[in-house]
Amino acid sequence: MPFYRNIAAKIALLPMIVISLTVFVGCIIYSFVYSLTNSKLVPVMNYVGFDQYERLFKQRKWDVAVENIFIYGFVFTIGCLIIGFLLAVLIDQKIRGESLFRTIFLYPYAMSFVVTGLVWKWVLNPTFGLENSMHMWGMTWFELDWLVNRDLAIYAVCIAAVWQGAGFVMVLMLAGLRGIDEDIWKSLSIEGVAKWKSYIFVILPMLRPMVVTAIVLIAAGVVKVYDLILALTSGGPGYATTTPAMYVMENFFSRANLGQAFAASIIMFISVVCILAPWAFYEFYLRNKYANN
Amino acid sequence: MKKFFSILLTIFVPLSFTNVSKAGSHMEAEVIHWWTSGGEQAAISEFAKAWEEMGNTWIDTAITGGDNARGTTVNRIIGGNPPTAAQFNVSKQFVDLVEQGLLQSLEEVASAEGWRDFIYPPELIETCEFEGEFYCVPVNIHSWQWMWINNDVYKQVGLPVPQTFEEFLAGAPKIQEAGIIPLALGGQGWQESGMFDVVASSIMGFPLMQSIYRDKDLDAFRDGRFESVLNTYRELNQFTDEGSPGRLWNDTTAMVIEGKAAMQVMGDWARGEFAVAGQEAMVDYSCVIPGKEKYVALGGDVFVFPKNDDPKVKDAQLAMASMMVNPTVQAKFNNAKGSLPMRLDVDTSAADACMQMGLDLIQNPDAIMRESDDWNTPAFTAAWGDIISEFRNDPNYTVAQVMDDLEGVLTSGL
Repeated sequence: MPFYRNIAAKIALLPMIVISLTVFVGCIIYSFVYSLTNSKLVPVMNYVGFDQYERLFKQRKWDVAVENIFIYGFVFTIGCLIIGFLLAVLIDQKIRGESLFRTIFLYPYAMSFVVTGLVWKWVLNPTFGLENSMHMWGMTWFELDWLVNRDLAIYAVCIAAVWQGAGFVMVLMLAGLRGIDEDIWKSLSIEGVAKWKSYIFVILPMLRPMVVTAIVLIAAGVVKVYDLILALTSGGPGYATTTPAMYVMENFFSRANLGQAFAASIIMFISVVCILAPWAFYEFYLRNKYANN
Repeated sequence: MKKFFSILLTIFVPLSFTNVSKAGSHMEAEVIHWWTSGGEQAAISEFAKAWEEMGNTWIDTAITGGDNARGTTVNRIIGGNPPTAAQFNVSKQFVDLVEQGLLQSLEEVASAEGWRDFIYPPELIETCEFEGEFYCVPVNIHSWQWMWINNDVYKQVGLPVPQTFEEFLAGAPKIQEAGIIPLALGGQGWQESGMFDVVASSIMGFPLMQSIYRDKDLDAFRDGRFESVLNTYRELNQFTDEGSPGRLWNDTTAMVIEGKAAMQVMGDWARGEFAVAGQEAMVDYSCVIPGKEKYVALGGDVFVFPKNDDPKVKDAQLAMASMMVNPTVQAKFNNAKGSLPMRLDVDTSAADACMQMGLDLIQNPDAIMRESDDWNTPAFTAAWGDIISEFRNDPNYTVAQVMDDLEGVLTSGL
């Protein structure tokens, strides 16, 4: 493609290109360079090699953070997809008051993660939340201590996140379901396929673009999860629910340990690239190749 | 990323101030601090009032949370738009700034006014002095070394108010039987490690603590007494409630005030909560410095003055530093704050029984205790605190493992 084609558009894009290069690429290089130093409160050029990375991988806290992001990523993605899809299917049954239910289910998504975090913090708090109410109603066998149990706290975070995210997936899926041709439903009912079977084996594969979009949007939210956990558990109990993003922020600001923060953020960046690269390769290269053939 | 924000700040912030900088002979000062609660606001406004009475302008930049406030200060300094004065803790938090030559030396006014003669205790001078010059102004002293106890609870179960952690532990089961939470603890990292240091100093004494925290003496660390501190700490944690994780310190204090809990270990800022609730020291509640050896820890706040190219700013900075140590201002400020003043010749007639206890104790040099962050970087104390917090929350984390991990921090050179 000759360079001067669409020259106006290219000029218009120039500021964006410059900004991305300086801000994103520039900052990544800057972070990497300073991750090789022992900068504390202020960035200083005091080269220490890969010490910061060595220290990082020795941290029990970092291991917990990495483990948490995988648990959270898995549960949150799967949970949102399943619940979102189920809600969409249920709403798709031409029920009465559909728009009311749609609004109710989508509403959590309009809230900030901080609000979601605080609400669930109160609901799940064993001393004045749901557990306490159940006890006061005489159901003393009821126990809900997820938030304060260090093994289950991360799942409590997942519940809050799914509560917020599922409605959004529902809307995406519902849009997809509404796009399914009536004739397909007609032929399915002529063939006598059970409703649940047709949803799972026929309709779901047809919703592939919706599912992919939902996964990409959810995944982007997983890596940067910070505010929800800060509001809900502040990383506790102990540091049982800490995440890589929290680790970075902590070292940046409260711990005055810039070198360590840079090293951790570079590792975060590399892992995101590792996950995204195969997908991008497929999306932008292989697909075009096959499409052109 | 940080640099980028600093650049943005340098570009935009000065624009908003250009019109005020030519306001005549009076001085103006922008002060960054994190005193946003009721009592704290009252305290900082004593400084502001005194400054304005001198015919100057006070630009108040209050930022919630010490971390955020300090982060802003550092960003502004690196970005070339420093505030006139900024708050830090009595600690190593600002050492990097001094070493990079970013702070204004206050030696001129310090030697003229003889700060070295009246700042008490002299340990505070050490915090601020680098290569023979003053770089910060200590404004108050806050001590962590307190147990706050609800007297009614102990009367109810028929036990005397405990004076040590051992006595507390002995009585705790009886309190639990009465349906009251023996130990109120907010499960946030800083509260957990704060209480740990109080337990540590009261059980093993300050000299040993000093050889571990300051000298990183591994023999002292391994001589068995530190393990007994860990064991006591674990025992104490059996007596907390399950609502503890993440609870704020003042909500936790409220549990003691309301009689839902018997005792909280917290710094002397907790006194303000009791005062607001209308309770009287030693009548409704007791404040106890636990242990046979009683200590006052030298926590507290300082102000630093970042260097500025404008010579007028330097004048303002020196004037403000001098104002902050002024005995009259000190009295007003510390009465509002509930902290101890940084000099002895201050009128403290308004002090209540608890504050009086601190005032009496601090005059004895042997009772003065330093905290880990007086010797160690924030990175060190945070790494240490992580382990303590994890030890409290994970019952499978054994004392032996904790000892190894703590030794790892001691030898890390952080």
